[in-house]
Amino acid sequence: MYKKILLATDGSEHSVRAAEHAIEIAQLKNGTIDIVYVVDGNTSKTDVLHGVDKYEVKKEREEKIKPVKDKITSVGIPCETNILHGEPGPSIVEFANDNNYDLVVVGSRGLNKLQTMILGSVSHKILKRVQCPVLVVK
Amino acid sequence: MNRAEKIKYEWFGNIRGDILAGIVVALALIPEAIAFSIIAGVDPMVGLYASFCIAVIISFVGGRPGMISAATGAMALLMITLVADHGLQYLFAATILTGIIQILFGVFKLARFIKFVPRSVMVGFVNALAIMIFTSQLQHFEGESWIMYSMVALTLAIIYLFPRITKAVPSTLVAIIVVTLITVFSGFGIRTVGDLGNISSQLPIFMIPDIPISFETLAIIFPYSLALAIVGLLESLLTANIVDDMTDTESNKNKECRGQGIANIASGFFGGMAGCAMIGQSVINVKSGGKGRLSAFVAGLFLMFLIIVLGDVVVQIPMAALAGVMIMVSISTFDWSSLRNIHKIPRTDAIVMVATVITVVVTHDLSKGVLLGVLLSAIFFAAKISKVKVTSISSVDNSKKIYKVDGQIFFASVSDLVEQFAFNEPIKQVDIDLTNAHLWDDSAIGALDKIEMKFEQNHVKVQYIGLNAESRLLKRKIGGLSKASGH
Repeated sequence: MYKKILLATDGSEHSVRAAEHAIEIAQLKNGTIDIVYVVDGNTSKTDVLHGVDKYEVKKEREEKIKPVKDKITSVGIPCETNILHGEPGPSIVEFANDNNYDLVVVGSRGLNKLQTMILGSVSHKILKRVQCPVLVVK
Repeated sequence: MNRAEKIKYEWFGNIRGDILAGIVVALALIPEAIAFSIIAGVDPMVGLYASFCIAVIISFVGGRPGMISAATGAMALLMITLVADHGLQYLFAATILTGIIQILFGVFKLARFIKFVPRSVMVGFVNALAIMIFTSQLQHFEGESWIMYSMVALTLAIIYLFPRITKAVPSTLVAIIVVTLITVFSGFGIRTVGDLGNISSQLPIFMIPDIPISFETLAIIFPYSLALAIVGLLESLLTANIVDDMTDTESNKNKECRGQGIANIASGFFGGMAGCAMIGQSVINVKSGGKGRLSAFVAGLFLMFLIIVLGDVVVQIPMAALAGVMIMVSISTFDWSSLRNIHKIPRTDAIVMVATVITVVVTHDLSKGVLLGVLLSAIFFAAKISKVKVTSISSVDNSKKIYKVDGQIFFASVSDLVEQFAFNEPIKQVDIDLTNAHLWDDSAIGALDKIEMKFEQNHVKVQYIGLNAESRLLKRKIGGLSKASGH
């Protein structure tokens, strides 16, 4: 149990904090942590608009999840990163279910009520639809 | 994959997703095509025919499967004065010429020149476009009642809040249906699409624009066509890159240029206006599961089907609903991250972006904004890299001095360079270390010759070290020429 952990990240502070919790659990069970980062349509638009070419766009995205990845690899936990394209919620759910993870760890963005109403909560969607246990880090 | 397999995959690799996404896109395209027609000052049918022709043709000849092209705001904004001054027939002719120019772009593989448009100019471009779409809607608010205002507010509220209930139906469509029903049944008497133009339930027919074929005609339409061609390709290639990224696949940019051209020619002959790829609709298409050529084909076909079946209903859509949709389009077109980060990016990039936006807003011409932006960026770039650093070390006995030159030596940097040498020192030899320098042009060689000459006048020997291969070649080719002529 909890040997194969999936950490959903967006490179934000919340997800760095989520990483700390994922590391704690992985160390208990000698497990691995894979990172998943989802690029949605609007992020695609912004990144392409501001990036010189696709290689730079790719580099910038890897750069974005680097703090999280470094945190995991620095304590010697094996870690793979996956960059997916699509709606964050459904993409993470599909990826987690298809690859049989034991645990999904996700940071909560801490939106207020209005933001949640308009933007929707990714962590909530994951919580509802992923088949394995989910840890939402506040 | 061989050719036949590739074609089969691009068309029928994702039938269900493409058909569903195509239908969603068609529904979202109708209000935009009508609104863009009204911006351009033409009948709604012109934008609808354009969207039908362009979407269907591009599905066959485009280079980026899954991208949606149709009548767009960027193009509509460019044709306002042409339509106002010369009429609809000239617009058709300009549309055809736009297509021809775009095909030439594709044939001569000029898509790669897009990279000379810096990203700050592209950001300025989309922001200016968003502002222009927004301001083009303000005329619909003039002299209107609070009923109209509240209908616009209702449209926007439904557009942004309805997705919380379900995303299966496009929220713009729901907004338009609700607001149209309220208007029809309440008898508010606010303005509708029908008050601004006609919707005819007919298929477009082939016709040759009714214009005198003369040099004068060409002189009228060419500037418009060139601007339309450039803006169209700029937005299309940007959109293609976004779709590439969203789907994690590659596309053929030169084929896309040609495809845009062919589609515009068809549009012009079938009574449509010039169009290009649409960022918003393409994102909607991919998000709805569309990624093949079939999606654009279905979008075009379904749009025409709806107009033929529902033409009588479409004229009853109130302008308030369309204005609401356009405000949403403008909000989603604007690159809000550029405002958040404006203090973080280099000052010159911010200036280029803002200058591009201001030029467009003042001239109402996106192509002029892009041109100014590119020129300004080039000047800033030249100024930035024309900074040359020269450091010098004297030998122990003060008979020799080594100058170390860091930077790019070219026409903009040479005057700085020459000033940094001291020619009147009592030394025997000077070494100029060019390891970290690059000689770019005639002016660079001329400057070195001048330095050499000035030293030689004081009987100082000059020696170069660390010239890179390319610089050495250039120096051998043209070095000494200006020195010889100077004597």
